[in-house]
Amino acid sequence: MTETLKAVLYMNQFFGGIGGEDKAGIEPLAKAGAIGPGLLFREFLDPHVEITATVICGDNYFCERMDDAGEAVFLLIEGYAPDLVLAGPAFNAGRYGMACGAVCASVTRRMAIPAVTGMYPHNPGVEAFRKDIYIVETKGSVAGMRDGVASMSRLALKLARGEPIGTPEEEGYIPRGLRRNYFASETGASRAVTSLLNKLKGKSFITEYAMPVFDRVKPVLPVKSTGEITIALITSGGIVPKGNPDRVESSSATRYGRYDINGLARLAPETHETVHGGYDQTYANEDPNRVLPLDAVRDLEREGRIGRLYPYYYATVGNGTSVANAGRFAREIARELVRDGVQAVIITST
Amino acid sequence: MTVLELGRIPIQDVDWGRKTVVEGRVLQIHREGFIEEIRGHDSRITGVEAHIARPGESARILPVKDVIEPRVKVKGRGGVFPGLISGVETVGTGRTHVLKGCSVVTAGQIVGVQEGLIDMSGPGACYCRFSNLLNIVLVIDVKQGITRHEHEETLRLAGLRAAAYLGEAGRAPAPDHVDRFEVHGLSGSPREGADLPGVVYVYMLLSQGLLHDTYLYGHDVKNLLPTMISATEVMDGAIVSGNCVSACDKNTTYHHQNNPIIGELFRRDGTDLRFLGTIVANANVTLQDKIRSAEYAVKLAALLGPDGAVISKEGFGNPDADAMMYCKGLEEKGIRTVIITDEFAGVDGASQSLADTTPEADAVISTGNANERILLPAMERVIGDMRVIERMAGGVSGSLSRDGIRVELQAILGATNELGFETLSAREE
Repeated sequence: MTETLKAVLYMNQFFGGIGGEDKAGIEPLAKAGAIGPGLLFREFLDPHVEITATVICGDNYFCERMDDAGEAVFLLIEGYAPDLVLAGPAFNAGRYGMACGAVCASVTRRMAIPAVTGMYPHNPGVEAFRKDIYIVETKGSVAGMRDGVASMSRLALKLARGEPIGTPEEEGYIPRGLRRNYFASETGASRAVTSLLNKLKGKSFITEYAMPVFDRVKPVLPVKSTGEITIALITSGGIVPKGNPDRVESSSATRYGRYDINGLARLAPETHETVHGGYDQTYANEDPNRVLPLDAVRDLEREGRIGRLYPYYYATVGNGTSVANAGRFAREIARELVRDGVQAVIITST
Repeated sequence: MTVLELGRIPIQDVDWGRKTVVEGRVLQIHREGFIEEIRGHDSRITGVEAHIARPGESARILPVKDVIEPRVKVKGRGGVFPGLISGVETVGTGRTHVLKGCSVVTAGQIVGVQEGLIDMSGPGACYCRFSNLLNIVLVIDVKQGITRHEHEETLRLAGLRAAAYLGEAGRAPAPDHVDRFEVHGLSGSPREGADLPGVVYVYMLLSQGLLHDTYLYGHDVKNLLPTMISATEVMDGAIVSGNCVSACDKNTTYHHQNNPIIGELFRRDGTDLRFLGTIVANANVTLQDKIRSAEYAVKLAALLGPDGAVISKEGFGNPDADAMMYCKGLEEKGIRTVIITDEFAGVDGASQSLADTTPEADAVISTGNANERILLPAMERVIGDMRVIERMAGGVSGSLSRDGIRVELQAILGATNELGFETLSAREE
């Protein structure tokens, strides 16, 4: 390692030496070199890293206008063209934690350089930002300064050098909620029996996957009268025009399609097919209306039981498709449907 | 008491020869006789090629339908793969010989789009224990115009015939090692270690319909009310895979024959636990079927009076719901559980991993995130059809490039097997 890396620190008004709560409203500013905890950072980072500047902002100022303050802080940091950014540690200070998290997140995303902060696990900044950035676990108070700075420095150096990052336990960061594969020392079957025996003996056992808490969507009120409204069809059963023009994947979909059904009475095996890889396609390909019930909805339209069918349908494949992708599809599709005055949707799944 | 002796005949190489025989540690295969046996009298088969793929070779096999271990019944009732290529007499007693270290792999024209691949070397081989086997690969072509279901059945039976034919070569040789498995009756005399915790195994078989099916003594388990099986029956091929989907977490016939949970429960029987029994259950598609099976399996388990249960899974998404029902039902009866499952947490690992959950599932064994991507370098030899990769689950359009193929682990056969066959796991980082 011959080249010295440049680091910028971020601190609040207190650690930046401006003042206490009465100064929490100060605007972002930058000071050359290391100050306050920066001196401790220097101890751990020397001689590999030079701290070129410390950017300071009042906690209230930052949290009361996160977008503007974040942008101002970001521009100050960017002006120094650092190789890495260290923010905090914020311990259990909530506003400071939110600011440190936001600063690190924007630096990581926009400059693609490592940014590390440190917080106590209950700091609200952890929940808000742990998925986006590395947050080193610290004690709840300034008594944890030395350990926190040491861990942050170590992790930031590793990141800056492109070295592989170990587990949260090894590196001292708070788990980011990202599932990563690794090879265990025993087979899953052996681990399962061991885990069961521990559970039965009342010993501590560690689940390898803690049950997630699902988002619950509160249903809107039912449609009072369907005779007037526009209804759209959506399916996660993979019904697409033959040839799959949008190349929707047969599993783990990253795409969905929007297809014209204006004037079409029913789907036919000659024109439509399924690309879903998770179920037996035979019957869907024989008659695609079995999965996307265009024929039945046209009947309802003709009988006047619904106002009108939206002239496009949307299709994706719900086979191992991540919740993140599914959520994105839903938001995009919903935006278009709302824009076009669709009031109800029939979603068929497989 | 039921006893099965499993004699292992180690196979260190496979070659074509003048007759099919084990000589020393080499399995010689008479190619023409072998192919004739595979064809059987099945008029749906139009072509059979047989290839050998050895560990370490620059070879890729795809699309793979099933992997089967050659075994032969030497003593005791019935024959291997009962109800499909043998009678339906109860198996699992007497003596069975195993050609250890080799397998029959069925490949060829695609049936279901989630069939997988086996790499014989390179990074993909780390995820798949089949990469360490001497694989006798059958590329089978079938008549134009037959249905996908007939296609699946044709290949399934041909693979079983091939494995039984090769297994026959293991009848005469003396095994290097014999394992003895004892299954005790429920009303047997109090056993040694009666104070050890009693454990049952709840063995979920995928049964979502054609191409997602599993056979028990040749019986389609879609129509099964959960039942009990002696664990040694499984070793004789009482459970056969007819599942053409979900390569990474499907249980091939080889996985069933070598079920590692059964192996582990036997190994620790009488020292750490009492292995009380195995309940085969299914995973159907309708809610009523799911509830019926869960209720029934839980009731059977409770009759055995266990303290705990291991629940294994097959497939993902829809079967998550079944697994959670089994778990919740057992825990409500005071039977503590462990579930083995894989995860679909997205390529970045940031999404929820399962389609259903229950708070009772507090001890979960993860066999890895199947969405994680891997670059598999090009191989010198492809057995099967490379062009299908983009259509396979875990493959995406543009998967194929000069450097190789970029796929999700989903595409690798058995990579995240939910019997816990591999060591892969996932953790939060």
